[in-house]
Amino acid sequence: MPKLTIKDLEEIRKKVRKTALLREGISNAKITVHMGTCGIAAGARTIMNTVIKIVEESGRDDVIVTTSGCAGFCSREPMATVELKGETPVKYCDLTGDKIKKIFSEHVLNGKIVEECALAIGSEREP
Amino acid sequence: MAYRTNLMVCTGTACVSCGAFDVKTLLEEEIKKQGLDKEILVVGTGCQGFCAQGPIVVVQPDDIFYQLLSPEDISYLVEEHFLKGRPVKKMMYTPPGEKIQIPTVNEIGFFSKQRLIALRNKGLIDAEKIDDYIGRDGYNALIKVLTSMSSEDIIKEIKKSGLRGRGGGGFPTGLKWEICHNSKDETKYIICNADEGDPGAYMDRSIVESDPHAVIEGMLIGAKAIGAQLGFVYIRSEYPLAISRLEIAIEQAREYGLLGKDILGKGFDFDLEIKQGAGAFVCGEETSLIHSIEGISPEPSQRPPFPAESGLWGKPTNINNVETWANVPRIILRGADWFAGIGTEKSKGTKVFSLVGKINNTGLVEVPMGITLKEIIYDIGGGVPNGKKFKGVQIGGPSGGVVPAALIDLPVDYEKLTEVGSMMGSGGMVVVDEDTCMVDLSRYFLEFTSDESCGKCTSCREGSSAMLEILTKITEGNGKEGDIELLKELGYAIKDASQCGLGQTLPNPVLSTIKNFRDEYEAHIKNKKCPAHVCKALIDFHIDPEKCTGCTVCAIKCPADAISGSRKEIHIIDQEKCIKCGICFTVCKFDAVKVE
Repeated sequence: MPKLTIKDLEEIRKKVRKTALLREGISNAKITVHMGTCGIAAGARTIMNTVIKIVEESGRDDVIVTTSGCAGFCSREPMATVELKGETPVKYCDLTGDKIKKIFSEHVLNGKIVEECALAIGSEREP
Repeated sequence: MAYRTNLMVCTGTACVSCGAFDVKTLLEEEIKKQGLDKEILVVGTGCQGFCAQGPIVVVQPDDIFYQLLSPEDISYLVEEHFLKGRPVKKMMYTPPGEKIQIPTVNEIGFFSKQRLIALRNKGLIDAEKIDDYIGRDGYNALIKVLTSMSSEDIIKEIKKSGLRGRGGGGFPTGLKWEICHNSKDETKYIICNADEGDPGAYMDRSIVESDPHAVIEGMLIGAKAIGAQLGFVYIRSEYPLAISRLEIAIEQAREYGLLGKDILGKGFDFDLEIKQGAGAFVCGEETSLIHSIEGISPEPSQRPPFPAESGLWGKPTNINNVETWANVPRIILRGADWFAGIGTEKSKGTKVFSLVGKINNTGLVEVPMGITLKEIIYDIGGGVPNGKKFKGVQIGGPSGGVVPAALIDLPVDYEKLTEVGSMMGSGGMVVVDEDTCMVDLSRYFLEFTSDESCGKCTSCREGSSAMLEILTKITEGNGKEGDIELLKELGYAIKDASQCGLGQTLPNPVLSTIKNFRDEYEAHIKNKKCPAHVCKALIDFHIDPEKCTGCTVCAIKCPADAISGSRKEIHIIDQEKCIKCGICFTVCKFDAVKVE
């Protein structure tokens, strides 16, 4: 390996920045794929793979992808929740590969909620 | 492809000894089995600090904290959390005395009260990957000093920050560098003192294990400031994991050209070697350490000349401790004012302490200077286990002293600890409760220092043995009137007449316990009683006939066959045969065994 220059060092830093941010939990957007048994049966795994792929392709290093259990509305799975920093989370249902791609480009990247796929805005709260 | 989740498995020495490597391997296997190995990465990190709860896995980016994991837990954990997205509550942390689990790291008091500078990368990087360090601003401070700072600028910045030696003495780091910088010689050396020897202290080991590049970068900056071309890390051979991670780190830094000739193309040369020590306590003393590297007997030398003028092989040498070096890159990067804004008037920044002894949350903590003992022991440490009464805390190891419970609101910094007869030392905190005998504790530390005394000074060599002899007599019930005064007289004489820090501080545990717990010494000497029921010669076990149910458990468990009595009859302990092991006291379910 040849000796690094300052520029090389900056390149390495850029390359691993996403991992560093992920470990610190720093993000501007969070996509949660609901992966309960019902979700998995309805195809949540494919949705998850698509999400990971499109986030990667977008080059955005401030988007976190995570999972959670069943969202409680099993007939409308697969579902995902998109939460932009400082905004109310939005639940999307009956997802397909194309729908999640649209949600990513419109909601995550441009802040515009994709209403035709949205189930609800906001989350249930504890009484 | 990028990973959606990173599992940060603590692989510091403490967790490794509880099976962390098995947990890590199983996690990798199970994740592969579930087909998740493309999206979930398992990372081995250095010590994450919460040693009492190991093995530990932190799930990022969700910040979920799993603890006390066993190999049997792993397949369930992977299926539930990582496949089905359901975090597993029963593997999360429940604070002592509470019932509800706390899911995330940030909500756990042990972590949330800390402030990290030296340990900022703990749990966030794989110590064996230089890129992980670079991703967290690593070697940015080096770029800054090589492109825009002169040696004088660096020294000015470190002086302004108020950073003081974290190894014990608390000498201003910038001033130390300046003296060495001003020494006229073409060859200069810098040394990292990783010869951590205090019983119960493991700050330096953990820093080297979790973030070796921080130490290397700190040394690079120091070398540039001082004008040194070669550095040594003097580390004890009892730290194999730390040594291996440091070796890997040095190798990677060399490959990247961050060590060697013409670093980053800026015409600066520096290289680093590891020197393993055989684990002698006296080698923590600068001049002894230097002699050990030179290959001669590690005895301290008269100062002056100070190592900054004439040190290793007669050349100007600067020695700093691991934690001091690890602070340097952050000070350079974030500025002296930022660092000086943390802490108290004369003690700036943070300090890493190892919190051990009678404490719920045993572990490694980094806190701002000036934090009170109460916050450390209760808010972070979770208090004393089993509802016992907090009695004090021994700070600074065998060179330090005990701070009694009455001073629990004391703000912790260099000056305040010295004022109350203790010292910062390298940062070992041994918490003691009502079941700890202070005379026995002093005897323990004296046994250690008298064994570790190099023998050069009569005062230290003979004085420590004499003090140990008196303390042993007291704990055996043979103390006599005047012993306390004699201990004090000897103590002050040893402090005055010894050449190095070992002798100058070894009487501290005795002097501070005499000052704060004199009644315990008197109870041993005058009444032949050990109030904490520790000193075997001064306690007797007997069975309360009112409470004994004749269950025979004590008689069965007694290893000396000293208890007689048949089923449903009152049992009796034969004092001649009793070895005072205390097993009968522990096993009795009816509170019938009494200690006096």
